[in-house]
Amino acid sequence: MLSRPTLLKILSTLIVFGAWEIAGRIPVSYAFPTFIESMQALARMTFDGTLFTAYGETLKPLVIGILISTVLGISIGLAIGLSGWFDWLMSPIFIVMQAAPLAALIPLLVMAYGIGLTSKVFVVCIMAMPVIVLNTSSAVRNTPSSLKEMGRSFLGSDLEIITKIIIPSASPIIFSGLRLGVSAGFIGAILSELKITPTGVGDIITYSRSIADYPSMYAAIFSIILLAVLFLNLLETIENILFEGNNRGYVSD
Amino acid sequence: MSQTKEAFAKATALDTEIAVSTRNICKNYGAVEALKNLSLDFPRGQLTSLLGPSGCGKTTLLKIIAGLLEPTSGEVEVNGRLVTGPGPNRAFVFQDFALLPWASVMRNVAFGLELRGVAKSEREAIAERYIREVGLAGFEKSFPHELSGGMRQRVGLARALSVDAKVLLLDEPFSAVDEQTRRKFQEDMLNLVAHENKTFIFVTHSIEEAVFISDQIAILLPRPSRVSEIIRPTGFRNRDMGNIRRDPEYLDIVDQIWASLRSYVE
Repeated sequence: MLSRPTLLKILSTLIVFGAWEIAGRIPVSYAFPTFIESMQALARMTFDGTLFTAYGETLKPLVIGILISTVLGISIGLAIGLSGWFDWLMSPIFIVMQAAPLAALIPLLVMAYGIGLTSKVFVVCIMAMPVIVLNTSSAVRNTPSSLKEMGRSFLGSDLEIITKIIIPSASPIIFSGLRLGVSAGFIGAILSELKITPTGVGDIITYSRSIADYPSMYAAIFSIILLAVLFLNLLETIENILFEGNNRGYVSD
Repeated sequence: MSQTKEAFAKATALDTEIAVSTRNICKNYGAVEALKNLSLDFPRGQLTSLLGPSGCGKTTLLKIIAGLLEPTSGEVEVNGRLVTGPGPNRAFVFQDFALLPWASVMRNVAFGLELRGVAKSEREAIAERYIREVGLAGFEKSFPHELSGGMRQRVGLARALSVDAKVLLLDEPFSAVDEQTRRKFQEDMLNLVAHENKTFIFVTHSIEEAVFISDQIAILLPRPSRVSEIIRPTGFRNRDMGNIRRDPEYLDIVDQIWASLRSYVE
């Protein structure tokens, strides 16, 4: 017997896909394929290898960008949270970066870094980094002061207070920033493929649209959403392994 | 009979050596004088309460003794050594417990030792002993959010005891627990003072609590904070715990303290 949350998950998936199928059959638009057609296209692209070569392209800027954003973002966020001077120096940059409309900046990036991998990595970073930095810094700043005092009074070194008190205490919010950052990174990766040069999954989307092969287009979109969801789940698993205590205290399936 | 005992107790209270002494402590926050020229001695092996209305700087003084705050001027000596920061001879018990929510009771109690670099097996053996001593045996693997307020503060107490500091600093440790638990805690405190050879400095805002558990009560008055009176309850200290609250001396001291504090409570 399946547990209740699992049943609910399956049920809601069925409802969404069912609605998609019905909407495709009416049809709401000539450019809107049914669920089954899209899945057929997805299977076809998977088996003839198109999808894998496409993701080989797409994942390069995505993974590099997310890795850079994670490492750099958490370090900068920590520095901002710990030092008022760093806050003064760096915070405005990331606040502006978060507010800036990315699509308008892409021509500038292309002018500076060309149409290659560098520009695309930049797009992913600009999307992913600000939220990671800002979440990390505010979480670090909001560490309960009595916990820090406790660390000092029991003779913890500054490094120990950071690694054993501040980071674990900030980790739930750091990870929620990472989740937001990673999903923004996915947006950035696809956006760069649509706006800079059509490669990878962006190419499938653009190309199938231009030849009116809508099932393939929707299959590509569906696959990238699926990948993003899987990636976020992976992140949650990593969080639970690294910071065992974080999932305590609230209900979760 | 009770008079000789009283005289004897008084003599011992004054003869014991001084474990902690503060000399001419001033602490300013900007233009505000929190503490002014405060000098106070804390006898070894006894419990001294810092009692006073809110805002009188009791916690500030305690944190200066702990080395968590720096005085604007003046100095603190612990066992003859000048305090320049937190040290191994002092342990702190926090008002809000200051437990790591992601760590088990065992890790929390052993955390003080962990920060001192004691090896895992050794510190867990020590922690286990103190977990048992504060009455939390069987809860080693529990997490703070699974415990009641009183049990959480027992964890905080066990953590402070396990580092084996000679001076224990307690910042309103029982103010966040319910009345019944507090009474039990107060009785446990008396046993602790009697059996552990430690000096206790105890901040409280409860007059009854201070008189019940203290060998010496320092009454602080606010704005700027100064020691207005030092009271040493002696007559009932060696009696049975259950009778202390009925003792005439206990009641007199409670009344006397209230009389001197009431004009400062708005």
